Amino acid sequence: MSLISVSGLRYAYPGAAVAALDGVELEIEPGEFVLVAGGSGSGKSTLLRAISGLVPHFHGGTFAGHVRVAGDDTREHGPGQLARHVGTLFQDPESQIVMGTVRAELAFALENRGLPRAEVARTVEETALALALDGLLERPTAELSGGELQRVALGASVVGRPAVVCLDEPTSQLDPVAGDELIALLRRLNEEQDLTVVLAEHRLERCLPAADRVLALGHGRVSFDGEPAQFLRWALREAPELSTPGARLLHGLGLEPQTAVKAARASLRAAGVLAAAGESRAAQDAPAAEARKAGAEGGGGRARRGDLLATFSRPAAGKPSHRAEQPALALEGVWHELRDGPAILRGASLRLLAGERVALMGRNGAGKSTLLRHAAGLMEPTRGRLRAAGRVALMLQNPGDYLVHDSVAAEAPRGALERFGLSELAARHPRELSGGERQRLALAIVLGEGAGGAPPPAVVCLDEPTRGMDRAAKQGLAELLCGLDAAVLVATHDTEFAAAFAGRVALMADGAVIADAPAAELLRGGIYFSTETARILDGLGGVLVAEQALELLRGSEVLL
Amino acid sequence: MSYRRRASPLHAARAAAAVCWCTALALATILAGNPLVLASLGAGVLLAGALAGVWRALRQALLLAAVMALTICVINALVTRQGLTVIWRFGDLPLLGQINVTLEATVYGALLGMRAATLLLLGALYSACVDPDAVLALFGRFSFRSALSASIATRMLPLLARDSRRLADAQRTRPGAAVGRVALLRASTAGVLDRALDVAATLEVRGYALAGARRRSGAGPLSRHDLAFSASAVVVLTCSGLGAVLGWAPFSAYPQLRMAAGLRVAALSLLLVLAALAPFADRRGVSP
Repeated sequence: MSLISVSGLRYAYPGAAVAALDGVELEIEPGEFVLVAGGSGSGKSTLLRAISGLVPHFHGGTFAGHVRVAGDDTREHGPGQLARHVGTLFQDPESQIVMGTVRAELAFALENRGLPRAEVARTVEETALALALDGLLERPTAELSGGELQRVALGASVVGRPAVVCLDEPTSQLDPVAGDELIALLRRLNEEQDLTVVLAEHRLERCLPAADRVLALGHGRVSFDGEPAQFLRWALREAPELSTPGARLLHGLGLEPQTAVKAARASLRAAGVLAAAGESRAAQDAPAAEARKAGAEGGGGRARRGDLLATFSRPAAGKPSHRAEQPALALEGVWHELRDGPAILRGASLRLLAGERVALMGRNGAGKSTLLRHAAGLMEPTRGRLRAAGRVALMLQNPGDYLVHDSVAAEAPRGALERFGLSELAARHPRELSGGERQRLALAIVLGEGAGGAPPPAVVCLDEPTRGMDRAAKQGLAELLCGLDAAVLVATHDTEFAAAFAGRVALMADGAVIADAPAAELLRGGIYFSTETARILDGLGGVLVAEQALELLRGSEVLL
Repeated sequence: MSYRRRASPLHAARAAAAVCWCTALALATILAGNPLVLASLGAGVLLAGALAGVWRALRQALLLAAVMALTICVINALVTRQGLTVIWRFGDLPLLGQINVTLEATVYGALLGMRAATLLLLGALYSACVDPDAVLALFGRFSFRSALSASIATRMLPLLARDSRRLADAQRTRPGAAVGRVALLRASTAGVLDRALDVAATLEVRGYALAGARRRSGAGPLSRHDLAFSASAVVVLTCSGLGAVLGWAPFSAYPQLRMAAGLRVAALSLLLVLAALAPFADRRGVSP
């Protein structure tokens, strides 16, 4: 018998004109690792909430069909009863922690079931060990980092040994390291404890290698259900916005798409497109020198390849202005030391020229948001200097914080709405907008075009603008940023997004900028802070995105 | 202010003992009518905070407590028309009439302020030293849902404060005219409701609806710290009760100040402070 059985599921939220789920049929077997893919508004979250019983018991609305979990029909069993079978993890870790310490948080679900004290204590210890939370057990939840909170929330979801755990974009607020750790942890739980995992995510390239099966949703329907490799073939054909950079790269070269970086490399090597491991690494170390050498030799395929390598290695730093060397923004040795607390910035230095587009990367807590706040004048440095050539516009992490009026038209001037493609939504309530639309509206607000005589910004700073956005929305945002005249500084965990818009990347750690280099250089060779394309090509030529790589590889007559 | 388990006897005591000890000190503060006894209790609370390793938390509360005490003192001095010793004449003021500040009203205002300040400091000490989850488990035996609601509301306060700061920061980065307060209030309320919905959804999927099935957990053996703080609570409560009933430290403000400041008052003050702080002397087994 299937663990989860969904038949004829149609569901609409209260007051919604369109159904969020429209005729979903599926069966999930015990022990499967299922990745749920789809754009924003495709019904991913709603499907997960239907499995956990929140739909319809918590949200209300119109519900038709049946969802059965371990034999229990969700029509007859609410989320509390289903919690015995289903663990649920949402996007925002802060809203999922209800107790004061990690130990109490883990014990909460077990105590709700009325388990004996000794069993609660034993299970909490075991879960903490399994999830490497044992060192955090006595820590107050208020002091945990985002990654730690999400791990604790995962622990609280699985502590009761549910048969299935449903996760709704659990990595969207985590840095690449914490995100990868969480996915690896899920895979381990799946393999060792036979835990069924249903994971909804936008960053498919990070999750596909762990998945056994992919469900693609579109307009509330299952548009694909099959193995990850089949999914990539289908996505390339039917839904390119769901395809991964690696799949586009291999497909562009006429090869079968692969879900994992290792398999993709092997495929490229087998096709003679990529050299053996040692050779390709040697090649990545000196692309520019090779390009120069090729140029000196003149002509031939080798020369052409060298030119391309040089092209992609060159800092594509947007449209830097050559109006002298006056920076649009300059931070020189900026410190921010809290009274009776730690130093959040430790001598951070960064310069942006007009028209430059820079991605600010680093782990959670590295100081990225604080640096942006200093740039915009929301915080004052305790030491160091900061200069800006004009107004610094800052868009903070949550675009919803800017949306305080009853209509989109009241939020920003008409001209700004037109420029950001929002004029058709002018009459809508801002809270009805999708994530991508909200992001664009918030950007229109902070840029302040035509707002009370505010001058155009010299610098535009954005803090984690792609959280929860699908690929199409990210692409739209990247294009929008590339069209701005101002210098752009974006704090992001999203390497693919950084590669799409930034010419330069500044990497922060422990309050300081520890690396500042062209994107092609900084994002090409890492494990975490690297795009999938760069990882597949092992940093070859500083190529970061699939389309660049295809141009490079198709153009070279003599391949590595 | 938030709880964090530290290496102190008060942190090591179970919630029931710590709650009893704090309650005994609060009752003693309310019963104390003599400024010297009250001052001793205030000093005792501050010392307890230092011995519990939460001096920093108490220092923050001390500023607020001082402002509150001063405000109460000034208001009482200005609005009370009792007392015979006039120390300041404001004359006739519009609406307020004749205002004479008396020494008695000022001292009594200071006493009220000191009492409020001591209670506030005690609240800060409680927040920093008593595990809210353990208190939830303690009171959850009687009404789990009410205790959980109170616990979550306490936890949500800093979260909502962070949300409000975020909203305020977003408005500061918004160019042009400032957004109206009504719009901001509406947005802020919507944010609070969103948070509340998220937390409610989390409670649902963690089986909160089944909370009626909770078992009463066994209390486990009493530690030396449980016994010490329980005994301390009994002594503090008994002494302050007897002191109030038998008039060991009499004080009256009106019409003229009459305050005992003899050996009995000193002994009572010292006894209360020593009884309250005695459990901190034993630091065996206090590590988390």
